[in-house]
Amino acid sequence: MPTTQEIASRIEAGIPGASAEVEDLTGGGDHFRATVVADAFAGRSRIEQHRLVYAVFGEEVGGPIHALSLKTETPVRQP
Amino acid sequence: MTEATRSDASANPVREAIQRAIDEHEVILFMKGTPEAPACGFSLRTAGALQALDAPFAAVDVLPDPRIREELTALSNWPTIPQLFVRGELIGGCDIVMEMYESGELAQALGVGAPAPSESALSAEPATGEGPLLGIESAPR
Repeated sequence: MPTTQEIASRIEAGIPGASAEVEDLTGGGDHFRATVVADAFAGRSRIEQHRLVYAVFGEEVGGPIHALSLKTETPVRQP
Repeated sequence: MTEATRSDASANPVREAIQRAIDEHEVILFMKGTPEAPACGFSLRTAGALQALDAPFAAVDVLPDPRIREELTALSNWPTIPQLFVRGELIGGCDIVMEMYESGELAQALGVGAPAPSESALSAEPATGEGPLLGIESAPR
């Protein structure tokens, strides 16, 4: 069963420059919520941003990882 | 339609039924359970957002036949349920629908909540296209 740290590390490894914060929604190791900030999201629709994250896990999402709730953002930079 | 797609469709009646349901319903939600009795919290929230906007939508319960979910995911390239389609396009799952609900984008995408004469066109959405493979429920509210 993956830990929140493992989920976060895999997202960060799979999407260059991403930073991820992950919580286990139920404590059961199969319902996670991730907030992911990445430059790679710039110019992409929400659907495409979420697909990038889901692609890291392939068929695990919807399988052993029952739910991976996502919030995706591009980095905010002060002007 | 080419010979190839016709034979694909007949070889895969479930996928074909899903595609037809998406094409024939302006707003269609694939969910676990029904809008009245959702079987999962994510489906509950997504159906609830549509109901809160008073948006007419068709709903398909993916639970009765595991092939529905397999074929839907293959077709949409989206791993989880629920999935909301508007005018043939995948809008997203629970997270995206809720974000769009809160920002007002969902009402905009659905054409509700604005002084829209198109509302009658939405309500006139036919509830046809029901085949033996998919139980499609047209939920007026």
